[in-house]
Amino acid sequence: MARRYDTRTTIFSPEGRLYQVEYAMEAISHAGTCLGILANDGILLAAEKKNTNKLLDEVFFSEKIYKLNEDMVCSVAGITSDANVLTSELRLIAQRYLLQYGESIPCEQLVSWLCDIKQAYTQYGGKRPFGVSILYMGWDKHYGYQLYQSDPSGNYSGWKATCIGNNSAAAISSLKQEYKEHEMTLKDAQALAIKVLSKTLDMTKLTSEKVEIAILTRQNDKTIIRILSPKEVQTLISNYEKAEAEAEAAKKEKAQKSS
Amino acid sequence: METLIGIACNDFVLLASDMTNVSSLFVMKSDEDKLYKISSKIVMSVTGEAGDTVQFAEYIAKNIQLYKMRNGYELSPKAAASYTRRNLAEYLRSRTPYNVNLMLGGYDEKEGASLYLIDYLASMIEVPFTTNGYGGLITLSILDRYFKRDLTQEEGYKLIQKCVQEIHKRLVLNLPNFKVTVVDKNGIRNLPDITPQSLGTVH
Repeated sequence: MARRYDTRTTIFSPEGRLYQVEYAMEAISHAGTCLGILANDGILLAAEKKNTNKLLDEVFFSEKIYKLNEDMVCSVAGITSDANVLTSELRLIAQRYLLQYGESIPCEQLVSWLCDIKQAYTQYGGKRPFGVSILYMGWDKHYGYQLYQSDPSGNYSGWKATCIGNNSAAAISSLKQEYKEHEMTLKDAQALAIKVLSKTLDMTKLTSEKVEIAILTRQNDKTIIRILSPKEVQTLISNYEKAEAEAEAAKKEKAQKSS
Repeated sequence: METLIGIACNDFVLLASDMTNVSSLFVMKSDEDKLYKISSKIVMSVTGEAGDTVQFAEYIAKNIQLYKMRNGYELSPKAAASYTRRNLAEYLRSRTPYNVNLMLGGYDEKEGASLYLIDYLASMIEVPFTTNGYGGLITLSILDRYFKRDLTQEEGYKLIQKCVQEIHKRLVLNLPNFKVTVVDKNGIRNLPDITPQSLGTVH
């Protein structure tokens, strides 16, 4: 019976649901993980790289993190071809605003404009929704550093730390435990990102080929956007592993003493 | 034939415009307001084709108000000036161009006071002081001589009075009254009109 309401995006099921939109969100929960963390002195996005075939030519410097304009970066989870359409749309929206007002588009406006497009595909017939969730990080003069997330239904929300993609629920609950409000520096945020990723990604050892991290800060009234080099990522990972090993050893010692 | 004057000092902008409305050879009235409030800290003074001036100024003012309602914050003076220029440039290349010259003065918490001059060909510059119209031809040199960034509001007002006196003395046109508005951190305020009576040249 449910099949009758599956075929077109725009038809409600008798329970009042839009199946195609829910399926799109399901597709995203199998995609590579992306997480974002807001800090006092900056903001970061971290993404899991799925295509790590040895034969793959490294034409792209970054696989899932895109610069949108001078002040914003996004990372995507979902169908990559759909994501390419949306990122080029995001860049167009940002440039159109810059042309009209001579200033960078405020973060929420960019997210909101894109979500209007995403929403349209859940309402107007004959089309499927975009199978993409996006994390946006940016800076504007009204609200400073900001982190947003949007999903295929066209809903968006602002976060201090959040995660999309594979195993995102586990990552969010671990972020909820570890995030210290108003006390995070960008350095803490980087360590936390590695910690949460290594806990949630289902692999035994995290490597720098598997993760990409972008950071956004402000220096001398200018936004600085940087994608960390594999070497820097590797340093973060080794720092985490060292700290973890020390904690493990301390635990063992304590257990021995008590017994 | 109309005249606009604008000066931008460290923490305020003064805009002045004549109050004369002319139709062909005749003065229709001399208490017209050519200064338009377009947001809480931005004022625009407009001259040009009768009708175009009001139509364009109100169109811009209402769109900038709409932006505030949609987003919960106002455009900065720089963004408002860019938006105005862009609209004028697009109308210029349509079948129905607006024939208007304008000055846009505003105050921004971070950027301070600024003044923009936009002409009917939609060219725009940011300036510390400027004039427009026939009255401008003889008063720009006065501003050149006496303008300083650190003038107080009273000194700024006196400088504009000096310009108006020169217009009364040298210009063959009849531009008796000038409206003056100041924009600073407290918002927009009208200062007393400059008239031959207030200048003490007529008793």
